[in-house]
Formats: sequence, structure tokens, C-alpha cells
Amino acid sequence: MKYLGIDARRPKIAVFDFTGCQGCELQLANKEETLEAFLNCVDVTCFREISSASGEGFTIAIVDGAISREDEVRRIRRIRDQAQVLVALGSCACFGGVNRLKNSFDLDRANREVYGDQPKPTLPVRAINEVVAVDMEIPGCPVSKAEVERIVQHLVWELPYRFPAYPVCLECKQHGTVCVFEMGELCLGPITRAGCDAPCPDAGQGCWGCRGPAQDPNFEEFLAAAVGKGHREEAIAERLKLFGGFRGISCVRR
Amino acid sequence: MCSQVNVKVRHLTRIEGHGDLLVRVKDGRLEEARWDVVETPRFFEVMFKGKDFRSVPLLAARICGICSISHCLTALGATENAFRLEIPKTATKVRLLAKHGETLQSHLLHLFFLAMPDFLGLPSALPLLETRPEAIKIAVRLKGLANRLCNAAAGRTTHPVSLRVGGVTVMPRSDELLNLRGELENSLDDLSATVDLVKSFELPEFARETEFVSLKGEDGYSFIGDRLVSTDGVECDAAQYIEVANEYVDANNTSKWTRLSRGSYAVGALARFNNNHEFLHPEARRVAREMNLDPVCHNPFMCNVAQLVECIHCTHEAMHLIDELTATPPDELAAPVETKAGRGIGAVEAPRGILFHDYEYNNEGRIVRANCVVPTTQNNANIHRDLSSLVTHFVKQGISDEALELKCSMLVRSYDPCLSCSVH
Repeated sequence: MKYLGIDARRPKIAVFDFTGCQGCELQLANKEETLEAFLNCVDVTCFREISSASGEGFTIAIVDGAISREDEVRRIRRIRDQAQVLVALGSCACFGGVNRLKNSFDLDRANREVYGDQPKPTLPVRAINEVVAVDMEIPGCPVSKAEVERIVQHLVWELPYRFPAYPVCLECKQHGTVCVFEMGELCLGPITRAGCDAPCPDAGQGCWGCRGPAQDPNFEEFLAAAVGKGHREEAIAERLKLFGGFRGISCVRR
Repeated sequence: MCSQVNVKVRHLTRIEGHGDLLVRVKDGRLEEARWDVVETPRFFEVMFKGKDFRSVPLLAARICGICSISHCLTALGATENAFRLEIPKTATKVRLLAKHGETLQSHLLHLFFLAMPDFLGLPSALPLLETRPEAIKIAVRLKGLANRLCNAAAGRTTHPVSLRVGGVTVMPRSDELLNLRGELENSLDDLSATVDLVKSFELPEFARETEFVSLKGEDGYSFIGDRLVSTDGVECDAAQYIEVANEYVDANNTSKWTRLSRGSYAVGALARFNNNHEFLHPEARRVAREMNLDPVCHNPFMCNVAQLVECIHCTHEAMHLIDELTATPPDELAAPVETKAGRGIGAVEAPRGILFHDYEYNNEGRIVRANCVVPTTQNNANIHRDLSSLVTHFVKQGISDEALELKCSMLVRSYDPCLSCSVH
């Protein structure tokens, strides 16, 4: 059995970066205790941030960052043409990420504010799937390397990978973390897709929803509960917007 | 003397972000040498507008995937200055521990994975898995420890989760800290082995007189502070950073450029060493002498050595901080926050150099105006100017296109540039 239509044995992988902080790429080189094993599972042919080798040919293109300039549109299309499988890595690639906040402002004015009378070319930010077809999306700001490893393991074992459908709350329960939402923090955990291992609530802060919505989130009920706890709709809206994953969900209660 | 040289590199490898090199030499004369940053701008200063002070440090961290802890700490500093908050001592120490963890992981990433392949004639560190597994094992052990230090003190290395306005949310457990202390002590052997390795590197002999800017060390080798100093004799409050950086826009770059007493200046490990070497841990000073790193050093390639010297310093400092944190019961982890309208400036030595965030808040604790001046922004004009000198220097000696391309690439890499950060 092939998964996503590719031969799973030591697949050739290339990593490309677009608009973003490149932190998700960096996660691929982190988690040192299993780094060697990880690198043995895949054949990295192109990874500009850590290698000058431009090995020709790759089956899987891993793409980090959003699209925000004309040359990036051309580059992602070329990568799509060459890749059998295109993976969007991280919330910038999946949703546009924090970069998308820019789209709420007048871009010409923003450009003049930063660059004065020498504005630079820029476009409204788009996620990768708004420009080319994407085969798999791994959300997170940053992605969890443990989840990336699980996905690669499934690839090598030729098993389909399923992202958790449940929300972050379940992972807090697994850890025995005291509910920060109950303690009065604004937390998007009840409606956000799990898989990150809930690091923010573990640290006593609410979830910021960087992974986007869980399957069938009970948004109305969440909003009522959050407002009931005294959180302002304005604050909830700001949080929902921060990573771009909850687009289309309105914070105004009907 | 060679008469015709051309170097053209689009999207230089083994650096963070996208930058291009262009060198043209005709009849033995330098016609053009350019370092152009072409990274896509994200307009963070605009995106900060209207954001609540609780979102601000989170958003600030996303400026950079490598030095997110520094951006977060600088955002906290600026916000706390604006709100006139006094941070509890324990929180200050936990933050500094996170800072040392970040400096270590960032410098080690650069030394082993980005810079080292050039000195060994390799395209990347990956072939070393087979040819020199012991070097990779050292790199992986040291970097793993640095990341665990960040996890303990900031919750996570990339985009920290336990740093908040007023202080920190979590005090690392004592047993966890004491384990890390033991590991740090043991890592000194790996750092000694790294010193031997870096000693075997052939660093290009090249120097160009440069002004170096950093925080001023007053009672220590400063990583978070409020006074600035330059090797050309400038000294002022960090609040006057605008008159230090003098940012301006270059037609070919999405990163701005900066200048102070000369056409450009440099920040980073070498600048900190040049200004504050007397505050280094004695062991770090000894290694600097052993590696012929003497202040004021004007060879940009020696930034690699300065980073290693700082790794030794930060390892000792982290052990010292853990001793302090475990000696007495922790006080408050965070000061109560009351928002205030006003302006605040934060200044932190990020791994690549001095970083400034400057925010103006309204009464509700929302940002009205923001400005960030980033380390690599301050280095880009200096790299560009170094390049002309470097090319002239080596063309005189006679050099092939290929060898010159390598020298130019190594020059850029020695600044460990972070280009998405510099454009933000």
C-alpha cells in the first residue's frame, strides 16, 4: 500500500521557505535525541537553510511560510509542478499565520509607513492552498516536531495518518493540567485542534488557537461560556484572528 | 592579479532568509559588490497596531524563528517600561536563564550547522553523520541541552509560552534545574572539544575597520540593559536608539540599513566581545586569548570565535543563575499589571546583536505605534561594505570565481544573518 500515492521507503524530501519566520523549518533540525533516526528515515535533497546541496529531484516538498509577493507565486507553482506531494508546514503555510494580520490594513499606507517614499513590492497574504493544491497540512506555530515525526513514521510504515479530531482540552486532561479557562484565562483550547500537546495551558496561559479549529467545534457554546466568564468579544475576536486559522468564524453573537 | 571575476548567488544557502550576492570585477578593478536582502516584508510594525498588551509578546516572538525568546523579552521590556512595572527578582533570573539558553542554541546552530561545513569543504553538516559522527554527536548533545534549558525557563525554544507581561508564569522545578546544572557542567568537555575543532578552521585573514555597537557592560556582560556603547566612543541610553541606528531605506533591499559614526556599523557576538570583554567569565576570556581573539578585533570572520567564547560564558552564567534560583525560595513570579498610556523601549542583546522594540500604548493597553530595530538590519549595510573590501583584498592576491564566491558567502555567514528578522 502506498500512502498519498508515494513510495514510502526513505522518500526524497525538499524543504522550501516563503513569507514567515522559518521557525517551523528549524523544528525539523530540533528534537536532538531522535534527529539521527529522523534523518535516516528521509533523504533530504534540498534544504536551503542548513545545506548548500541542491540535489535534483524530490518526491515530497515541505513548504514553510505564506505567499505575499509575485515571485513567491511563481516559485510555489514551480515547486507544485515538480512535487508529487506538497506538504504545508506550520500555520503560516496552512492559514497565512500571523502575517495575515497585515491584510486588515491598507497595504499602500502600510508600505509608506515602513518604507517611506521607496515602497517595496507586496501582496495580500495568502495560505499555500489559496495559490496551489496542497496534499497535507501540518498546522502549528511552530509545528510540533513530535507530530512531524509521527507523520513521517506513518509514511515509512505505509499507514495513513489521521490528525486528532478532538480539541486541545483533551490533552490538558491527559496531562492533569488544571483548566486555565476555568481559572479565568481566555483559552481557545475547547475549539482548537489538538496535536500540539498543549504547551500553552501547561505553562499557565490560555490556548491561542494557532492550529485552527478542531472537528465540529461547538463555537456558539464556547463563545457564550467565554463571554459568561467576563471575556470581551473584542478580546476573543483578536485571539481568533491572530494565527489565521479561524477565518470565517464571526465573533458577534446572533 | 586576476582581471575578470564574477560572483552571482541567488538566495544564499545556510543562512536564515533570502539574500543575494553580486560581485563584478573587470580588468582587475572592482566594478560592483552587492549584498542585497530580498526577503518578503511582513510589516510587523503595522500589525502591532491596535493589539492588546497580552497578544504583543506572542506576536513579537513570531518575528523570528531562531531568536523568538529575545523578541519576546524585548517586547516585554518595552511594555513593562511603558506601564512602569517593576519585575520581581525571581522572574528576572528565570528570563535571563531563558536568554542564555537561546544564545547557546542559536550560536551552536550557527557554528555547527551553518558555518562549519565551509571550513570542512562540505555542502552541509549532514555528510558528517557518516564521516565524523563524533562531531555531530557533540553538536547534537550541546544543542539539545540548550533547547532543554529554554524549555525549562521559557516553556519552549521557538515561540516561548511562559514569559508574560509582569514576569513569568512558571517557576522551573528545582530538581529539573539541578539536573540541568549537572548537564551544563558536563557540557564543558564538549565545549572544549568544540574549541579544538574551531581552532582547526582556517579563518580568512581579512580586516576592515568597523564601529561595533552593543549594550554597555556595567556590572556584567550585559544581555538585557539600558545603556549603549560603541567602539567609536558613542555612549547613550538605549532610549536614544533612534539616533544610534539612523535607519534608512536602500533601493535594492527590503531590509533597512543603519549608520552611526561611519557609513555603517556592526552588532553581534564580536561587537559584544569588543565592548565588554572584561566582563566575560574568566574561562571564556582564557579561551578568547587562546584563540587569538583580542579586542578590538576588526576581522568579521572572528565572529564565529566570539560566538564560541560566548557559549562558554553563557554556560557558566547559566550554572550560576541556577545556583541562585535554587538557593532561596522563589518570590513572586509576576507583578500585577495595570495598563498605562505611554511609550516604552526595550533593549536586549539577541544572539545576532542588539535588538530594540519601541511601543506607544493607549490607556486600554493597546498599541498605538510600534517600531522595531533588529540586529541583522543593523549588520546588512556593514556586510555590504565589507564585501567591497574583501573582494578588493582577495582579487589583488589572485583568486578564482569559485574561491571568491566561497569567501563572500563565508563573510555573510560569519555575521549569522537572520534576514526574515531583519526585514520583519
